[in-house]
Amino acid sequence: MTAPTPTRPVEVDHGRILLATARRVLSQLRHDPRTIGLLLVAPVLLIGLLAWVLSGQEGVFDEWGALLLGIFPLLVMFLVTSIATLRERTGGTLERLMTTPMGKVDFLGGYGLAFGAVAVVQAVVACAFTFGLFGLTIAAPVAAVALIAVLDALVGTSLGLFVSAFARTEFQAVQFLPMLLLPQFLLCGIVAPTSSLPQPLEAIAKVLPLTYAIDAMKQLTVEAEVTGEVWRDVAVLGLFIVLLVAAGAATLRRRTE
Amino acid sequence: MAGRDGSDGEPELAIEIRSLDVTRGGRQVLHGVGIEVRRGDIVGLLGPSGCGKSTLMRTIVGVQLGATGTCNVLGQPAGSGALRTLVGYMTQEASVYGDLTVIENLRYFAALVGADRDRIAAVLDDVGLAGQRDRLVSSLSGGQHNRVSLAAALLGRPDVLVLDEPTVGLDPVLRRDLWEQFRRLAADGVTLLVSSHVMDEARECDRIVMMREGRLLASDTLDGLLARTGTADITGAFLALVAADEQELAS
Repeated sequence: MTAPTPTRPVEVDHGRILLATARRVLSQLRHDPRTIGLLLVAPVLLIGLLAWVLSGQEGVFDEWGALLLGIFPLLVMFLVTSIATLRERTGGTLERLMTTPMGKVDFLGGYGLAFGAVAVVQAVVACAFTFGLFGLTIAAPVAAVALIAVLDALVGTSLGLFVSAFARTEFQAVQFLPMLLLPQFLLCGIVAPTSSLPQPLEAIAKVLPLTYAIDAMKQLTVEAEVTGEVWRDVAVLGLFIVLLVAAGAATLRRRTE
Repeated sequence: MAGRDGSDGEPELAIEIRSLDVTRGGRQVLHGVGIEVRRGDIVGLLGPSGCGKSTLMRTIVGVQLGATGTCNVLGQPAGSGALRTLVGYMTQEASVYGDLTVIENLRYFAALVGADRDRIAAVLDDVGLAGQRDRLVSSLSGGQHNRVSLAAALLGRPDVLVLDEPTVGLDPVLRRDLWEQFRRLAADGVTLLVSSHVMDEARECDRIVMMREGRLLASDTLDGLLARTGTADITGAFLALVAADEQELAS
């Protein structure tokens, strides 16, 4: 050992801690090629399957393709994030991190950044196959669809970060998927236009993030220009991400039972 | 006492606990615990599993909910922000990332406390894992796994080290090496609180804190304990203290 160290107040660099956390989460993924495969390949396969199923009906895949690009990122990133953070809680690493200078925002931001990067790659891969190979044609630029897909993935990540606080086991965490996501699928405008829903359901649909992602995707499918409504949807999705991360920070405790 | 003698304004005591109660899930698990730990001492926290050792350690590092009473570390309330760079904590279940390599784990924990590359290399050497640096932690043996966790706690050169069962699952040679390392740290002025359910490890400690069922049985040197109980070894002393304690509770 080296010379004794004086009791010292250390400058804490939260930016560095956040970046180190993001890098660490990505390193964990890198050691898990199967999960990377699932993250990148599963959406492509499912969209490809849909394209094949609808191949006999002229123009139907063009109506649905973009909507699926709005659903898969949310679903997949929610699952991955809630399980990953739950493992930190149950494995004792989160407890250890909470005794270090790490701030809650460093932790949540690190995960957000890492999975945000994954979401970008996922969106690029899914869009490349959907537009390139499966021949989806929409009115708006492809980049706008990718942007919504990435935001959607970040909603899934922040929802996963928040929800993992309420699960004790991975088994429970998976149960949150049907509970939190299925109602969103039913209300978001895929099954029926939100404006046609009974009043109370329409009100609920308006406070669910997927509604805005799907609304944006529908707009992009038919409008050549990125409309003001799409930008409103982008803003609302951004707001959901901020609110969910704040809620996640509120449920992340240094002290636990 | 060798090591730091507490320059002006520095508290003499590394850890000061008075009438500490902890309630978990409606059940009281620590009852009026009081302990004083001097700087640079190695204090062994001994007692059967389930006696509240881990809860006490979690309280000291500031992650335990439901604690009332006084628990100060380096003169500040446990869990204060300023303590997070001064206290190193090793949890009972070696809490490092199994899906990362040894060096990736240490690089991450180093970034949290601002330790540099040289420090990582020094700590790797200290715990004898330099040869395993690129192996996945999940592929290591239990003892090696534990030492990764210990290395992570050492990175920030903490003034106080709280180690929950660091020697569990280690063979006698590794155990001896680890205790030698604790001695070196203490000689440098680091205060160590080390829990164990292996009574034999009392020999290695400057002082011993004995616990049972959430209460403090004794806090003394080994010699003091043996003299007080009139016993020849630590297990005998523990049993004598338990008997005296039960008599006291009954009366």
